Amino acid sequence: MPQEFKAGCTRPTPPEEAVKPISTENTIQKKEENAMIHVGQKAPDFSLPAYLKGKFVEVKLSEYMGKWVVLCFYPGDFTFV
Amino acid sequence: MLSASVDSVFVHKMWNDFELSKMVKGGIPFPMLSDAGGNIGTLYGVYNSSAGVENRGRFLIDPDGTIVGYEVLTPPVGRNVLETIRQIQAFQLVRESKGTQATPSGWRPGKDTLKPAPDLVGKVWEVWSVDKAFD
Repeated sequence: MPQEFKAGCTRPTPPEEAVKPISTENTIQKKEENAMIHVGQKAPDFSLPAYLKGKFVEVKLSEYMGKWVVLCFYPGDFTFV
Repeated sequence: MLSASVDSVFVHKMWNDFELSKMVKGGIPFPMLSDAGGNIGTLYGVYNSSAGVENRGRFLIDPDGTIVGYEVLTPPVGRNVLETIRQIQAFQLVRESKGTQATPSGWRPGKDTLKPAPDLVGKVWEVWSVDKAFD
């Protein structure tokens, strides 16, 4: 029977034991992923699709040069906080 | 202001139209970026690949494109927006002063700044006290 789970602040994901790394190569890659960026570094440029006031647009970070930018990541739409 | 998650632009639209527009009049005024696959989150060090989501990472970027500060929280605790605004105000003041002023702990707009110079070395206690970090 499917088990009901409590709604939390992350999107529902499989239990950790179900998503074991397939090889050591994978583990190394994971380490690199977790490398934090440093203050004083240039913000890596990117171009991403976005939703803005009723339209789908493409946003490039470098277009904001000359302005102060707050870039906020969050776990997912429809999460609680 | 730019927000980003791994959700698609279609889900961003639904979230804006059905929920956020009920909290913010007129809906979200800034671009809601779709970072499917977490590629940009990975570049910034906030992508959690086992959960497939991005942590609450907030980056302040100055007009030269330099990251001047960031804060990263795990999902269940939200950010303090007023603190983010305070930090931007402090960084703007320091930048406008061309580095002649610095903002000590507890600084808010209107409070005293420090003027770093050789004669301030060892004399900060004369112009700043611990209670200023809390008032």
